[in-house]
Amino acid sequence: MKNVWTIFKREIGSYFSHPIAYAVIVVFLLLSMVFAFTLGGFMDAQDASLTYSFFAYLPFVLMVLVPAVGMRLLSEEQRSGTIELLGTMPVTMWSVIFGKFLAAALVWLIALLLTFPIWITVNHLGDPDNLTILSGYIGGFLVACTFLAITLLVSAFTRDQVICLIVAATICIVIVLGTFDPFVRAYAKALPAGFSDAITSLGVWDHFMSLARGSFRLQDATWFVSIILACLLGTSAILSAKRA
Amino acid sequence: MIEVENLSKQFGKKTAVDHLSFSVRKGEVLGFLGPNGAGKSTTMRMVTGFLPPTSGDAKICGISIVGNPSEAKRKIGYLPESAPLYNDMTVTGFLRFCAEARGLSGNTRNDAVERSIATCFLQSVAYQSIETLSKGYRHRTCLAQALLHDPEVLILDEPTDGLDPNQKHEVRQLIKRLGETKAILFSTHILEEVEAACSRAVIVDRGKIVVDGTPSELIAKGKGSLTDLFRKVTTLDTAA
Repeated sequence: MKNVWTIFKREIGSYFSHPIAYAVIVVFLLLSMVFAFTLGGFMDAQDASLTYSFFAYLPFVLMVLVPAVGMRLLSEEQRSGTIELLGTMPVTMWSVIFGKFLAAALVWLIALLLTFPIWITVNHLGDPDNLTILSGYIGGFLVACTFLAITLLVSAFTRDQVICLIVAATICIVIVLGTFDPFVRAYAKALPAGFSDAITSLGVWDHFMSLARGSFRLQDATWFVSIILACLLGTSAILSAKRA
Repeated sequence: MIEVENLSKQFGKKTAVDHLSFSVRKGEVLGFLGPNGAGKSTTMRMVTGFLPPTSGDAKICGISIVGNPSEAKRKIGYLPESAPLYNDMTVTGFLRFCAEARGLSGNTRNDAVERSIATCFLQSVAYQSIETLSKGYRHRTCLAQALLHDPEVLILDEPTDGLDPNQKHEVRQLIKRLGETKAILFSTHILEEVEAACSRAVIVDRGKIVVDGTPSELIAKGKGSLTDLFRKVTTLDTAA
């Protein structure tokens, strides 16, 4: 546990001594607000909630930006050879993976929390259900963590950050767009009945939107946690397989 | 202190290390020689617990690196080939991180970092970003990392590679000095280094030990020249 903390501290220091964390946070704030005020119709919707004006666009922004934060986590260690230092210290690979994951997750927690002005605004203009908004933020954070775990898994395969970014972003885009309702309706016609339901429940929207609407269901928690755990375990398996 | 028993490593069909056995006692500096691709780095990576061996074992102070890796790793200080470092950190920040990962904290950690900085003559760059360091300083920073926890066993992969003659001399003196109280295994291409720093040397070729002896024995075997012996017992990579 102490080792997780040591790795976490180094990683956070590294994020905030580079422009990358700041750049991604600024771009994220810009894009999420642009979506909320244009497509989301935040001002016109006459709806004191953030569900359809703000949260509904988060996966589109996160699917590209999250891999940009996670891409260096293991690729850079492998490229520079510092993984050899970590591998010969009395630190388990599992605590390295977990520490790195938590550090990148904190960057996203900060990014999401920095959208607080929209929360204040909606409270100033109307009378929203703040618990629903909190649940939406938890959902957004879980989506970010899920994409982060996927990126971490991809970064274990390659020593090239750009390859990692492209592959991880593609996987996230497929998960987001492939299960986006209008698309599913379009291609589900060609598939046997029942397939579209299966695809929807495999994808991110069903689970994220239920949290954004303020309902907490066990299947959503299971979906997020099982993908994150599977990716982290996969990362550890890939790293040890690479050395064998 | 280091006992390597029948260590083997295969990458696919290629045998990188072939049933290698040797040992290094306390107070001994063992030079690990051999052509490029002979399996020197692979052996060191297995002894330090980075690569799992295909078969065989290495014992560090009696602790198996295969059976009890985290305990065995505590006894080892390791300088990897090409001295990898985190470029975004300062020298002190990096050493503090390594010390913490080694389980040191508070004042023990700060003292260890200061001691390592002094041993490796890094005072002038202690608060400089690693990115801006010259090769000699980078190498010494990585060496400082290996000395933090005052390990009983030191494993150094080409510690003098890429250094200028002055720095080479300093590192050799350092190895010699540390070798009085520790067991040191270090690899090199530079044959003069064997005479300058080692108390014993082995020559490895294609994953096997072909010569083992003190520097003077080796020179006698090569009829006065280490280079001749090296060329006689190792295969050219064009022939392999």
